[in-house]
Amino acid sequence: MTVLSNLMPGQYGTIQAIHAEQALYQRLNALGFRIGKKIALIRRASFNGPLHVRIGATDIILREIEAQRIQLNLV
Amino acid sequence: MKRIALLGMPNTGKSTLFNRLSGASARVGNWPGITVDLMSAKVLIGGHIAELIDLPGLYDLHGFSDDEQVVRHFLSNHAVDLVLIVLNSSQIDRQLSLALQIKQLGLPTVLLLNMQDEAKRSGITIDTQAMASQLGFPVATMSAKYGDGCPQALQLAGQVLNNVAVIPAPSDVSKLLELDSQIEQTMHDIVKHSVQMPIKLNDETTDKIDRVLLHPWLGLPLFFLAMFLLFQFIFTAGKPLQDGMAWALELFRTEALEPLLISLPSWLNGLLLDGIYNGIGTVAAFVPIIVLFFLVMSMVEDSGYLSRAAFLMDTLMAKMGLDGRGFVMVLMGFGCNVPALMGTRVMRSRPMRLLTMLVIPLSLCSARLQVFLFMIATLFVASQAAYIMFALYMVSFFTIFLTAILFKHQYKSTEPFILELPPYRFPTPRQIWLRGWQEVKHFLKRASKFIVIGVVLVWVLTHYPTDVAPASAATIAGQIGQIFAPVLDPIGIDTQLAIALIFGFVAKEIVVGSLAVIYGLQGDALSHQIAMNIDWVQGMSFMLFTLIYTPCLSTIATMKSESKSSLFMWLSIVWSLALAWVISFIFYQGARALGF
Repeated sequence: MTVLSNLMPGQYGTIQAIHAEQALYQRLNALGFRIGKKIALIRRASFNGPLHVRIGATDIILREIEAQRIQLNLV
Repeated sequence: MKRIALLGMPNTGKSTLFNRLSGASARVGNWPGITVDLMSAKVLIGGHIAELIDLPGLYDLHGFSDDEQVVRHFLSNHAVDLVLIVLNSSQIDRQLSLALQIKQLGLPTVLLLNMQDEAKRSGITIDTQAMASQLGFPVATMSAKYGDGCPQALQLAGQVLNNVAVIPAPSDVSKLLELDSQIEQTMHDIVKHSVQMPIKLNDETTDKIDRVLLHPWLGLPLFFLAMFLLFQFIFTAGKPLQDGMAWALELFRTEALEPLLISLPSWLNGLLLDGIYNGIGTVAAFVPIIVLFFLVMSMVEDSGYLSRAAFLMDTLMAKMGLDGRGFVMVLMGFGCNVPALMGTRVMRSRPMRLLTMLVIPLSLCSARLQVFLFMIATLFVASQAAYIMFALYMVSFFTIFLTAILFKHQYKSTEPFILELPPYRFPTPRQIWLRGWQEVKHFLKRASKFIVIGVVLVWVLTHYPTDVAPASAATIAGQIGQIFAPVLDPIGIDTQLAIALIFGFVAKEIVVGSLAVIYGLQGDALSHQIAMNIDWVQGMSFMLFTLIYTPCLSTIATMKSESKSSLFMWLSIVWSLALAWVISFIFYQGARALGF
């Protein structure tokens, strides 16, 4: 078990849990962050910037702080 | 008249479809209680003239973002005869959730699966019949961008519209909107039965471009280069157009209006020509820049690069409470504040948008540059000029940072920073032109009256009473300057400069011209007289004040129409005046204390 923010570019995992308040949870859900989905880290922006991830056909950017709330199993 | 709501997730081409259906006939409607602009248009569907309303993009019908609340507010207060849902075919596996949420409202609905061209290319096939029977409403595939499937989709919508007997009352919809929904399983089942997706779905071209444009080291320099080139394009192409517009207006004035109005009493002649006609000219001067700006911005936005800018600039901008898209607008503000303010509409969180709008007027626009070039040439030697100019740009950046940091807690964005990076797309020329045209219409409709009234007001202030020299100390403006002397003396601004600052409210382009009227001199004689009257410390203080206080009436008018809040407009005016005074005061008193 690890969190999304710990992934290295190129690694991917399966979402196990999302620890977020309702507003964030709904937004993540609508963008495809659902339990059991595969997620890949594509790249990180320089200076500790946002993460670029991919779920299915959707590319998404999110900040470290939100990425820490997404638990996953490495694949 | 029947009412049709167009609704969908962001980045699904919903607005492209709206533009295709409405052509250039769209207008901004007024809906009580809604703080964003909703475009609407009359369209012919199923033999009815119906009103089509483009609702903001939303992810979740029960979500908490500003746009999601707007959609709920709309559906709870207005009866809707038909809902057209637009979803991206390539992302149907997750976007179907929105269609299922709408279904629970019991409104007549048609689902449009857009971007069929992209889905086909990535090998996605959707069985619309199967999906429709499971959803309980018709489903059509289409491409809003190229128009494929559009007539069939409209036909389907027309049939539904014609068959509807009763529609749910908004109050019932409102109650249903409060219920949350468990749709995950249903969604899974429908997708399983009606959608076939290949295992690997990545857009190779987009990946390749991203590898360069989002490169850890190359990304930022390329971003700045791109911004520089776009900026250069807008403002070098805009200059001759603006000059041409000014030339045509002047020609019309000297050849047609002046001979026509010559017999009128001089005050009426002055009011009509220098007041109202100049006001119209002020409005017209912005038209070419706004068109060019939105031609370029719609390319940047529709291509998908704007979200990439957010990715690249986020670390820096987050500290200021802004995001990378705000940064693009602030940069563009260095050319002209007005379109930059209009461009903030891409930011969907209202607090963040207001914060961006508060800092944009502090960027040193090209009109202020003209004032500085004149003052610097008048008061400094050539070898100092570059340093002074550089210092002014630094002050501009400084005031932007300061304002953002001071106000970021008042305008705290509640929305999480989670953005989709759409694949790179080529916008069609039609999309680009429509956008430029709509924005100009919007500006003219919303801002022109305000600007003309303001120009007339300043003309009255500087020309009354009529028996004294225009713009002299005896006019109302001169008297205002004298009343404010206790405030303006400590920053080294005399009555003449104060009158120039009052003119400056209209537009910074007219400040140098107003100095000529105020001193009654032209060219070298004017420069000479100003250099005699004030020293460089006063001149610098005047430039700092000019840099920071309200840029122009058009900016104020745009601020009001974009924020839909007079209070916010006043905040911006008062804050910029206060900041201008404080910085000029610190500079002027500091320089004097050091013996300059």
